[in-house]
Amino acid sequence: MKRLMKIYLEKPELAAVVFLLLLLIVFQIRSNGVFLNTQNLRGMLGLLPEMGLVAIGVTLLMICGEFDLSVGSVFALTPMTMAVMLAAGVPFAPAFAAGLAIAALIGFFNGFITIRFAIPSFITTLGMLFIARSLTVVISGGFPPVIPANALPKWLFTVYVGPGDLFRMSFFWFLAVAILVTVLLSHTNFGNWVRATGGFLPAAQSMGIPTARVKVACFMICSVLAGFAGTIQVMRLGAPLPSIGEGLELQAVSAAVIGGASLAGGIGTIFGGIIGAALIRVIDNGLVLSQVDANWFKMAIGFLTIFAVVMNAWLRKRGRAMKVET
Amino acid sequence: MAAPIIAIKGLQKWYSGVHALKNVTLDIYPDEALGLVGDNGAGKSTLINILSGTQKPDGGEIRIEGEPVRFSNPRDAMERGIETIYQYNSMVPTMTIARNVFIGREPVKGSVFGIGILDQKRMRDESVKAIADVDLHLRSPDALVGELSGGQRQGVAIARAMHFKSKVMILDEPTNHLSVKETRKVIGFVRGLKAQNITSVFISHNMHHVFECCDRVVAMARGEIVLDKPIGETSIEEIHEVL
Repeated sequence: MKRLMKIYLEKPELAAVVFLLLLLIVFQIRSNGVFLNTQNLRGMLGLLPEMGLVAIGVTLLMICGEFDLSVGSVFALTPMTMAVMLAAGVPFAPAFAAGLAIAALIGFFNGFITIRFAIPSFITTLGMLFIARSLTVVISGGFPPVIPANALPKWLFTVYVGPGDLFRMSFFWFLAVAILVTVLLSHTNFGNWVRATGGFLPAAQSMGIPTARVKVACFMICSVLAGFAGTIQVMRLGAPLPSIGEGLELQAVSAAVIGGASLAGGIGTIFGGIIGAALIRVIDNGLVLSQVDANWFKMAIGFLTIFAVVMNAWLRKRGRAMKVET
Repeated sequence: MAAPIIAIKGLQKWYSGVHALKNVTLDIYPDEALGLVGDNGAGKSTLINILSGTQKPDGGEIRIEGEPVRFSNPRDAMERGIETIYQYNSMVPTMTIARNVFIGREPVKGSVFGIGILDQKRMRDESVKAIADVDLHLRSPDALVGELSGGQRQGVAIARAMHFKSKVMILDEPTNHLSVKETRKVIGFVRGLKAQNITSVFISHNMHHVFECCDRVVAMARGEIVLDKPIGETSIEEIHEVL
C-alpha cells in the first residue's frame, strides 16, 4: 500500500490529473450541468487537439532539456504557406507537405543554431518567434489568401464523427500522435536517449549518446507538431489569419509545466503535457459557462501554473521521503 | 610479462598553448590494477579523456591488444572494451537503474534506422543480475538512480561496465565526495575487478586508496610521467617527493 502510494506521489502528472477531475466537477455544478453536455463537450474536444498537439511537442522538447518559444509562430506560418500555395492552384497534398517541411526546417534551424553556437534555446527560439511571425505576414501580403472552395479535405481532419458527433476527425489525429510520441518516449531506445540527454547531459555524452542529433530531432518533432496543429485550426476556420497562435508558446509551456515537466529537463510525461493542455481548455470554457468574466482566464492559468509546480515539488518530496524497504 | 593490453606511445596534447601531455609513453598490462596519481593539471584527466574517447590526441599512438586505435567518441572506446567511470558519475539521476544500466546500449526488439522498441523485461532482469554480481543489494531495478547514495551509484556504474564485459575499467576519482563507509565499498569493488580478469586504472588524489587497491603506481606531473613502480617498491613519501 505504502509502496503504491509512493509510486503515485512520485508521478509528476499526478497533481494535474487530480486538479482536472476537481475542476470538471466544480464547473459541472456551477454551470448547472451544461458543462458536460454533448454540445459543450463537442466544442471542447474540437479545440483540444490544436493546443494538445503543440503541448505534446513542447513537453517532449522540455524533457530533452530545451525550449521552443517559436511554436506559436510556426503554428501560423505552416498553414499560411499551405494556404498561399492552395490559392495559387497547387493541390492539397503538396501544399500541406510544403507547410510541414517549412516547420521541420525551422525546427532543424532552431536545434542547429542552439547546439552549434552553444547558446540557450530560449534565445534562438525567441528570435525565431519574430522571424517566423514576420514571414507569415509577409507571404500573406497582409491579407489572408482565399483558400479555394473544396481545396481542403475536411473529411480527413475536421468533420464531426462518432457517437452523437462528439468528436472531430482532428481528435483522432491528436490521439494517434499522442500515442505515437508516448511510445517513442517511454518504450524506445530513442526515448531513453531523450531522457538521458535532458536529465544529465554529461552522463549521456560519456555513454556515447549522439546528444546533438537527439536534440535536433526533438526540435524538429516539436516544430512539425506545432505546424500540424496550426494547419488543423485553419482547416477548422476555413481561412488562415496571420495572427493565429499568438501567445500559444507560453500556454504550451504552461501546459507542460502544469503536467509535471521540469524546466531543467529529464522529468515529465507526454500524458502530463496533454492533461495540462486539457486543464487550460477546461478553465477557458468552464469560466465562460460559469458566467465569470472571461478576462479572468489568464489570471486562472497564471495561478494554476505556479500552484501546479509548487504542488508537484511538494508531492515528489513527500513521495521520496517515504521509506519503503530497500 | 604478457603483452600490454594498452600501449601508449609518445602521446601529445596541447590546449591553446599549454602542453598538457608531453610525449607520454605507458604500457598497461592485462589484469593489473594501475594507480594513476598526480596533482590537478598534471595531465591525468587529459590522458584518461583520450583513452575513453572524449578527447583526441595531437600526436602519438595508442594500441589496444597490439592494434592501433583512434577513438573519435566514447562509443568507439566502449566497443574496444574500455569503460570509464567518472567522478561526477555517469548516471542520469532522473532515470531508473535498469534504464541507466543500458543507456546507449539498449536491447531492442527489431529496429528501423536504429530506433526500436525497448526490451524492458530483459533490461530489468539483466540489471538485477549485474548488480547482484558486484554484491550490491538494491530494492528494485525500477528505483531512480537519484535516490541512491553516492557509493551505490558507483556500484551500479561498475556493475554496468562489468555487464558489458569491459576489459579495461578506468575509474576517475570514484571515491570523491563519498563518506568513509561508502569509500570502503568502492575500494572493495575495485579490488574485486582483478578476480574478474578486468584491468583497472584507478585515478585518485588519495594515496592511501591507491596503495590499498593497486599493484602498480604511475605518478604524473606537468604533463609527464615522473614515477612508475610496483606498489611494493615505493612509498607514499617517495611519491609525494616527486610530485
